[in-house]
Amino acid sequence: MAEYYNKNNNSEIRYLTPSAVDLNKKKYCRFKKLGIKYIDYKDPDFLKKFLNEQGKLLPRRLTGTSLKFQRKVAQAVKRARHLALLPYVTDMMK
Amino acid sequence: MNHYETVFILTPVLSDNQMREAVDKFKSVLIQGGATITHEENWGLRKLAYPIQKKHTGFYNLLQFDAAPELIAVLETQYRRDERVIRFLTFHLDKYAYEYTEKRRNNRKEKSEQLPIDFVEIGQPYVADEIIDEEE
Repeated sequence: MAEYYNKNNNSEIRYLTPSAVDLNKKKYCRFKKLGIKYIDYKDPDFLKKFLNEQGKLLPRRLTGTSLKFQRKVAQAVKRARHLALLPYVTDMMK
Repeated sequence: MNHYETVFILTPVLSDNQMREAVDKFKSVLIQGGATITHEENWGLRKLAYPIQKKHTGFYNLLQFDAAPELIAVLETQYRRDERVIRFLTFHLDKYAYEYTEKRRNNRKEKSEQLPIDFVEIGQPYVADEIIDEEE
């Protein structure tokens, strides 16, 4: 019986106050933080960090990239696709 | 004069010599147009991410050069007329891109300086010579 209440309590606590890890994780733009000024279209492995499994660009709200660099990422991905370094459409890329 | 770089993909049906010949052709187009080639890379036979003209692989080549903007149109008509080229991209390097290419060039140089020693140890100095040629 006691065990049952404990379980219940735990789940309630988790629900009402989301864990501190989630709260403190602030997204940041990796290009601004690392001082990267040019995004190379010839490096498909790096560009894959900004794509989902279908090879589509991930939104800024997920990657945290600033608008300025999101545009550059998009441009680089498009160039890489043109050169067949990245696929236009795919499944299970990662 | 601007900094440019161009990547082109040649059909995989070419032999090694034919491939070199094609690359030399485009280099001579550039040089005749008054360009100076600053860097050259041969990525070898690579798998394409999707088939182009029913081909799944291609020889990738990269040239970096300084040229007048008028030369780009000349180069690209040459690409279009040549059946061996299945895809190409010419790109104007701004100052950040140019900094990056210099860094990349140095990185590759360091790597290739380490490589020949390995090759000599294995007993293939011939391959090492080729790599040095590419860097020039």
